[in-house]
Formats: sequence, structure tokens, C-alpha cells
Amino acid sequence: MFSDINSREDFQRIPELAINPLGDRIINAFFPEGEDQVNFKGFMRTLAHFRPIEDNEKNKNPPANEPLNSRTNKLLFAFRLYDLDRDDKISRDELLQVLRMMVGVNISDDQLGSIADRTIQEADTNGDSCISFQEFMKVLEKVDVEQKMSIRFLH
Amino acid sequence: MDCFMSPADELLSQYLGLSINVWLTLVFGFLIVPAVLGVSFGIHKYYTRTLLCIFEWATLQMELNAQEKNHQLYRHYTNGIVSKMPDSTLRQEIQDLRRTADCLSLEPRFDLADVFFFCRKGLESILDDDVTKCFSAQELESWNLLTRSNLNFRYISLKLLALWVLGVVIRYCVLLPFRVTVAVTGIFLFIVLSTVVGFLPSTKLRRYLSDTVHLMGYRLCVRSLSGVITYHNRENKPKNDGICVANHTTPIDGIILANDRCYSLVGQLHGGLLGMIQRAMAKSSPHIWFERAEVKDRHLVAKRLRDHVADENKHPVLIFPEGTCVNNTSVMMFKKGSFEIGCTVYPAAIKYDSRFGDAFWNSSQSGLVGYLLRLMSSWAIVCSVWYLPPMNRK
Repeated sequence: MFSDINSREDFQRIPELAINPLGDRIINAFFPEGEDQVNFKGFMRTLAHFRPIEDNEKNKNPPANEPLNSRTNKLLFAFRLYDLDRDDKISRDELLQVLRMMVGVNISDDQLGSIADRTIQEADTNGDSCISFQEFMKVLEKVDVEQKMSIRFLH
Repeated sequence: MDCFMSPADELLSQYLGLSINVWLTLVFGFLIVPAVLGVSFGIHKYYTRTLLCIFEWATLQMELNAQEKNHQLYRHYTNGIVSKMPDSTLRQEIQDLRRTADCLSLEPRFDLADVFFFCRKGLESILDDDVTKCFSAQELESWNLLTRSNLNFRYISLKLLALWVLGVVIRYCVLLPFRVTVAVTGIFLFIVLSTVVGFLPSTKLRRYLSDTVHLMGYRLCVRSLSGVITYHNRENKPKNDGICVANHTTPIDGIILANDRCYSLVGQLHGGLLGMIQRAMAKSSPHIWFERAEVKDRHLVAKRLRDHVADENKHPVLIFPEGTCVNNTSVMMFKKGSFEIGCTVYPAAIKYDSRFGDAFWNSSQSGLVGYLLRLMSSWAIVCSVWYLPPMNRK
């Protein structure tokens, strides 16, 4: 499947990815800023976010360079799926875009808008009508991120 | 002059002369004449049945031995390389989300964590998708005395080892030379006869002769591979006014289908031996061969196909819409170019029985010559062809 360098079309050929609402954004996550090709090293870097967190790592003090699959970095990966323009804030528009992709076309714009407003209201603590990364982390602090964002390989 | 040859030499030359005579008679009587007439002695059916009995015996031996030694014989069929959670599939989850969104009375449930599910599913599908699985050869469940098709082979018992060695000797020293000579004879005859027929003026007689010559050539090729083909639903056999589409597993798919009726093949004109065969074929029957430069021009291709299909006297065009060889367990997405002509489509399905030899060509693993060698030293090529009902564009 993997040749030395891959482009976006290679990923788009996978049928299950095509029906995934976040398919395009996931593909974008593999490509570094502004580039159209990803090599194996870049591929592995992105994949490393999904390594399960080992039990003995949870108790260690966070080292100077945090590993890619730490809880914070997993959350950052998910945050970046929302935050397209990389300004470290999820604006109302960006949230609306993701909502539209996930719930489809049968729901009216107004309803979508109200869901977005409610979500921002619940998360926003500093009143700027955007969700920053810190607020994002706070909302999801009870969610078992490690289990939901890990992929285990069979032997 | 004779007194210079020792008696041993004389005996040897007499023996050689006799065996060549016997050989030619056998080949002519058992292969060429039946190939021209289209009859079969049924030798191959007995051959395959005998082989199956031997394979079952060998598998039984292995199972008994494994029970004695108490270890696992068959590797677990792995369903992939990532452990997928048994929760809802992607489609179900999307439907769930959208259904709750439709109900106006309930607040649609959505929270920021929903994105995790889709994210993980997306990554899983990148790592372990259904498409890549189609490009590696199928694993057999029982052993067919060909080491190359069983990854679990290890020394079981002396009996089986002896059987395997016997099998290798038979396959490489008896079957392979026999098949190669038959193939060479067949192709040579085919080229000569096809060129000769090409000189006749274009009449009904010439069409009949060219059909016979083509069918003879295809049948000889199939017999040179020890092919046993079963055709189902013959009432749906393609007629002269359309295209025939089939799944693609090996380069010899075209020959398997053409064993039953003549088709017009489409393809690029090669050089060398293959090009010579292609040109000889084109002399007596209208095949569609493209020069390298013409292949890129889609309109030219479509126009030639359309003209060919419109002529009632020409055979149906044989097209493989997958565009590449797949391992015969599933079908890849079709490329739509061939269906744009808008004529009747006759689908056909080819399924190979891999107990007698794996016909799948993995072009990244071996070249064409290596592939043909492997094919000719397998036990047999057994396959079934199903003709499906014809379809028209609505």
C-alpha cells in the first residue's frame, strides 16, 4: 500500500475513508503545513499519536519532550481537526462546519446554529465566543481519551 | 559409414526415432485433432479427481500427525492487522447521529468528543483497508503438495516428504516439458494458419475458417496448461452486438473465456514474440490493437470500440474493467471508460479453484515469464465461468 511518497489521492482511494465525515480532515492531518506529499516518516509521526498509552508511563513525571501519544497530544490532534486555520481557537464557523459534516443536510441552519451556540456556551470560560485549547481540554477532562484515541495492533 | 557407429549408438538412434514418432502421433491424435474439432476425451477430469484423492490423503496424514504431536496445524485466519472494537460500525454511528438530529422535539445529541470516534475509524481504515487485502494471494486451507502455496509447511513425516518429492519430479520433469512443447507447437501452428487465412478474400468462408483457427489456438493453449473449464449458464453467452466484461485475475483470463467462443481483444500493441502473435491474430480476425501513442486519446479509443460494436459480423469485445490483476477473492471498483459506449454488456464471472494451482499474477513479485513457468509446473488450472444475464443502459 505504501510507496515512498504518498499524495492525497492515494488516501482518497480508500472507500471507508470516503464515507467518513471527517475523512478529508484526517487526510490533511498527515500532510505538513502547505505540502502535498507525505513520506513514511511523516506518516509514522502522525500515526504515533494513536499509540496506546502504556500503564507505566502514566505515572511518570512528564519528561521535557512529551511523547506524541500523551493525552495532551491526542487532544491536540482532535483539536486540530476542528481548528482549520490553526489560530488555536475553534470559532463558531469552524464548529458549524464540522457539525454540518457530521450530522448531514437534513437539519436546518438555525438548529445547527443553536447546537453550536450551546456547545460554545458550555465550554467557553473567558467569554470570547471561541473555544481555545485549554477550554477544549477542560470540557473533555472526564472523557477516556486514551481508550478512544488508541489503535492496538494484532500480532 | 555404418560400421563406424557402434551398436549402442544405433540402438539409441532407433529408440529416439521411435519415441519421436510416438510423441508426434500422441500429440496429433490427442491434442490437435480434438482441439480443431472441439471434442474432449475427458482425460483431464480423471486426472483432477485422482489428484483430489491424493490431496485428501495427504491432508489426513498431516492432521493425524498433528494430533499425535498435539500442535496447531492451521494458522488462525486473521481478520486484519488492527484490533477493531466491536462497537457500532461507521455507517451505524453516522446514521445514529443523523437520526437524532432529524427529530425536532429532541435535542440532537452532539458533543465535542464525538469527533474521536470518527477519527479513530478513519485511522483504522487507512491502516487496514479492504482494498490492499485484494492484492496478495489467497491462503489455502489444505495442502496441495506445492510448497509455494502453504506457508505452514514443515517436515511432517517421511511418507509425505516422499510424496512431495515425487510430486516435484513429476511436475518439473514430466509435465513441464510436455506442456511447453504443446504450447510452442500450438502457437506456431496458430501463427501460420492465421496468416494463411488472412490471405483469403473477405467472405463467409473466411470468417468460418478464421473462427476455427482461433478456437483451435485457444484450445491448444488451454490444454497446454492442463486447464479444466466448466461453463455455466451457457444461454447467456455473449452475442455479436456488445461487449463482454469479466473480472481479471491472470493474464490468461482472455484465453479461458475465448475457449468457448471467439472474442475481439483490446490492448496495446507490444513488440517481440507477443507483438508477432498479436499481428498474426489481427490478420484473420478484427482485433483492436492500439499503438502506444493512441492509447492516451480516449475519444479515439471510444470511437474505434463503437465502430466495432456496430458491425454485426464482428465478435464481441472482451474488456476487463478492473484494469489490473486481483487475487480472485473480491472485485475491485470498475473503471467507467468501457461502459461509456452504450451498447449491451454481457458480464462474465471467472472463479479459479486454487487447490490445483494458484493462477493469480502478482506483478510486483514475479515477471511474466516466471509467472508462466510457475503456471505450467502446477498441477492444473481448474476454473468455472458463469455467464450472467446481459444488461443494457437504462
